[in-house]
Amino acid sequence: MRGNDPRTGRVQRLAELGRANLAFEFDGRAVSGLAGDTVLTAVLATFPDLRAAEFGPERRAGFCLMGACQDCWLWQEDGPRVRACSTPLRTGMRLRSTPPDGWPGALQ
Amino acid sequence: MTHVLIVGAGPAGIRAAETLVAAGLCPTVVDEGSRAGGQIYRRPPEGFARPPRTLYGSEADKATRLHDVFDGLVRDRRIAYHPETSVLGLHDGLAQVLGPAGVTSLPYDHLIIATGATDRLAPVPGWQVAGVYSLGAAQIALKAQGVALGRRLVLAGSGPLLTLVAAQLLDAGAEVAAVLDTAPWHAQLWGGMRMALARPFVTLRGLRLRARLGSHYRAGVTLTAIESDGTGPNAIIWRDARGRVQRTECDTVALGWHLRAETVLADLAGARFAWSDTWAQWLPETDETGRAGAGLYLAGDGMSLRGADGAEIGGRLAARACLADLGYPTDTVAQRHDLRRARRMHRFAKGVAKAFPWPSHMVRALPDDTVLCRCEGITASELRAALHMSGCEANRAKSLSRVGMGRCQGRYCQAAGSEVMAAACGAHPAQMGRLRAQPPTRPVTLAALAARTDTQD
Repeated sequence: MRGNDPRTGRVQRLAELGRANLAFEFDGRAVSGLAGDTVLTAVLATFPDLRAAEFGPERRAGFCLMGACQDCWLWQEDGPRVRACSTPLRTGMRLRSTPPDGWPGALQ
Repeated sequence: MTHVLIVGAGPAGIRAAETLVAAGLCPTVVDEGSRAGGQIYRRPPEGFARPPRTLYGSEADKATRLHDVFDGLVRDRRIAYHPETSVLGLHDGLAQVLGPAGVTSLPYDHLIIATGATDRLAPVPGWQVAGVYSLGAAQIALKAQGVALGRRLVLAGSGPLLTLVAAQLLDAGAEVAAVLDTAPWHAQLWGGMRMALARPFVTLRGLRLRARLGSHYRAGVTLTAIESDGTGPNAIIWRDARGRVQRTECDTVALGWHLRAETVLADLAGARFAWSDTWAQWLPETDETGRAGAGLYLAGDGMSLRGADGAEIGGRLAARACLADLGYPTDTVAQRHDLRRARRMHRFAKGVAKAFPWPSHMVRALPDDTVLCRCEGITASELRAALHMSGCEANRAKSLSRVGMGRCQGRYCQAAGSEVMAAACGAHPAQMGRLRAQPPTRPVTLAALAARTDTQD
């Protein structure tokens, strides 16, 4: 299915499949989402989660999807962090599950 | 020059804006969404194809009318509209807002807050893993993105949204393994009778939706744990109404216990609060029209959890109260009519609250190692251990345990935190006090604050 890898992805596309593909990168891997996807939808259509939790051993994949819980922040290779549930996917985004080199306070 | 600021463009904010514009005012509307409608009538991005009937079911006409009203106000430049914009704080007649262009200040002398509600969450042991969501999240994913949040979902909690989201997911072709309602049948019967007396057709519609869930739906359950492997949930363990242990395999769990009024801005604006036993939460004090202080008005679920129809009425009531205070002639006949309707909505809402209660017993009995605060992984035992230092007061317990201090700012742990504290203190949750709202209400970088551009229009 387009814009999706149902073997590894968490979310399952049920409708609105007739949209254009948008290429982006996640952790250096070239993948694609669909026009109108949020960053959260696009990443989770191919990957099982977004990033590691800061305060525990588990992974994180968003929680409220309405900008209230702040669970779904991601890094970019360049530029500010994005709240995945409320940020539209744009072509060429280079998203990361971990802070890029040089990010203030990044773990070495 | 009068500056009326409306925060929120859901059903309450839209009707408030429409009412003010009809009186000749040009209000400013700030909304976090990229398209107006709120969460209940949330619109997918441009270019999505499903018709309103698919997205909103029986409420399609209401949704379309609201969207058309608001789009008309924007098109005709009758309002100053700031989408994708959050109010970070309120001070001295200025709202500090964060939008696509960064941080700026918007002046106001009258403020209508219509910030709606979020799901009210109770922790379930294991809920901190990836793949556990709020019920609202499951609905937003389907409505605004056309996706299910997993391959095999369990929906659990209580409230109208539980049944609604389950039915919507089934209709869309998702696999729903179980719908687990903690509300016992007797509570649903008593509350349901009140609901039916106030709004028989709406109640009947809910029953029809419920009937479509068939054997997926179970009432009176107790949630025991969410089991997971490295990638997320693989089962939920629960006890049925007879106490028998059950295990349902799944890869996604969506939780929610009716709603939690979003009151942070009302608090920052100076509203007073009172504990409501009916809704088991702190709610702002207002008069019947939503007036909460000088120049301060509340409407919609952020004032009182009356649902979308109640929010439309509340938006009009608050706007007319605002107009009256500004010395504008108002339609007193329409106001009286809306007040009558609002009372009916309130009676129905109280029935809903009775039918789908907060699961206080389940929360009080949470095992020590249950994560209470999802943001920072703080357990029930850590909160319980802090109480001998903090005493039984929510803000002090927050300072010492950090439950309520994470990045959600207590939105998803305060209810459970108060309940766990109250159980340990042998008291009622109301006696634990209320977490004070702290600006900024959303994360903002210091760089954005430093680069702020203030406008005085």
